[in-house]
Amino acid sequence: MVDLALKGEAVPVSKPADRADVLKRLRLNDLVFRVLTRSAAVAVLIILGGIIISLVHGAWPALAKFGLGFLVSDSWNPVTNKFGAVAPIYGTLVTSAVAMVIAVPIGLFIAVFLTEICPMWLRRPIGIAIELLAGIPSIIYGIWGLFVFAPFLQQYVQPFLIDVFGNVPILSDLFAGPPYGIGILTAGLILAIMVLPFITSISRDVFAAVPPVLKEAAYGLGCTTWEVSRYVVLPFTRVGVIGGVMLALGRALGETMAVTFVIGNAHRISASILAPGTTISATIANEFTEAVGDLYTSSLIALGLILFVITFIVLAAARLMLMRLNARVGR
Amino acid sequence: MALYDTRRRRNHLAMTLAIAATVFGLAWLVLILGELLWQGFSGLSLAVFTQMTPPPGSAGGLLNPIVGSLVMTVIAVAIGTPLGMLAGTYMAEYGRYDKLTMVVRFINDILLSAPSIVIGLFIYEVMVAQMGHFSGWAGAVSLAVIVVPVVVRTTEDMLILVPDTLREAAASIGLPRSLMIRKVAYRAARAGMVTGVLLAVARISGETAPLLFTALNNQFWSLDLNAPVASLPVVIFQFALSPYHDWQKLAWTGALIITLAVLALSIIARTLSATRKSS
Repeated sequence: MVDLALKGEAVPVSKPADRADVLKRLRLNDLVFRVLTRSAAVAVLIILGGIIISLVHGAWPALAKFGLGFLVSDSWNPVTNKFGAVAPIYGTLVTSAVAMVIAVPIGLFIAVFLTEICPMWLRRPIGIAIELLAGIPSIIYGIWGLFVFAPFLQQYVQPFLIDVFGNVPILSDLFAGPPYGIGILTAGLILAIMVLPFITSISRDVFAAVPPVLKEAAYGLGCTTWEVSRYVVLPFTRVGVIGGVMLALGRALGETMAVTFVIGNAHRISASILAPGTTISATIANEFTEAVGDLYTSSLIALGLILFVITFIVLAAARLMLMRLNARVGR
Repeated sequence: MALYDTRRRRNHLAMTLAIAATVFGLAWLVLILGELLWQGFSGLSLAVFTQMTPPPGSAGGLLNPIVGSLVMTVIAVAIGTPLGMLAGTYMAEYGRYDKLTMVVRFINDILLSAPSIVIGLFIYEVMVAQMGHFSGWAGAVSLAVIVVPVVVRTTEDMLILVPDTLREAAASIGLPRSLMIRKVAYRAARAGMVTGVLLAVARISGETAPLLFTALNNQFWSLDLNAPVASLPVVIFQFALSPYHDWQKLAWTGALIITLAVLALSIIARTLSATRKSS
């Protein structure tokens, strides 16, 4: 610049008009980018809207034909074109319930271990290993469940359950019948393994967010580690833990491939959890490409709509709880 | 003293249970990965990567499903990533405290864990039923729908972590907002955003349910995206449930390939985000 000035050449000074041009261009750029990002954000909403509209549209023939009866009928007969959703809904709820009964306590205990008694240097590796369980694709759980886990259950676990509970009044119905290997219980167990990491990682995070002062105060009173976890940490983090559990439940309800492999795909409701059954997602996965006739296809889409509504409610509740928690922590 | 003993015993019991639970959780990881390595490695050979899927009873490989999966994954990421990043940008930069952002964040979190089979039904209704045939495009788009929420979430999270002082510095030298976002915020958040894309790839490379009735499956070599395209997860599903030993063997090998790919992706993503945190 100095050189230029010494040589007597004019330093290019932008004219006010150029400056205005540049500013105008930048302003336009800004506007375009802003509108672009905003429409992308709206597109996320459109995806959800599209899912709901297309499912309702696809399910309409079945819903119009069967009405509310679709929700209470347990027949599923492609030959006579009679469809009802009770058996798959029942299977979905029961497998998820089995999964939660097993996964919630174990997940919480793992979180207690990771936050209270695990040596510092082991916390990260173990945490990552548990989270890797969530990273394994569900089809892997399916193939493993079918070839390894189901035969194992059939040979060792299920005969044992039948023997032990065979004479207990209510439980004998729950654990009745021949050991098939595949069935509701097997699907529930696989789901339990799959959702374990969700429960563990969320509870661990909320446990770790408990103010140390609270725990120290309890320890100062002479509480044991268990008492601190049970009476201080857990009540303090209740909302977060429930949120995490609901999130896991949402996953369990919608899980498809792992369940499809081991559920047995039988459209019936039996009292025994050892018997084969079906879930909404397994029914769709197994039958959709083979469904002949509009009513059959439409009934399957109606099942999908029911599944979406159920998981939407569960997941929305989970998110609302976790959001409430975040608001509290943020304050 | 009796009370003290009971409390101590209860504590011991609970802590033993906690350790047992952790061992229980880790045991599944070991069991599943062990079985997978055991069954999958014996079938691993060059033929797997160079030959087509065989008819039952003869030897073959997994070339067409592997390529099909790769192609559909690439397209899904190419569609889903820009959309997700732009949406995440709006939520973190322009409308951080908007009503719109609140709603989108909520809906996005739900889409993040929505059942993938429902997304398959959605794309079936929107694309397959309209076009009248199954196609690779439909498969890719259904995967893209799964990519979007993952990328939105990580982009938003990572951009929020960028310190406001950087933004203020950029603004103070006269950078307009769009340039500030692209030249400053994106660069600061780059590692995290790449992590998000990797996580999305890991997520969709094992997805089976949405492909079952969008891309369907194809026994033969085909790169025509207007026709059914084979994909690794769907082939595993079909082969594993078949009664033929050769097919089951190939299913295990395919399962091993997918798992190794997914685990490698998530480990890379983890180290990326870990280095970012420590720096």
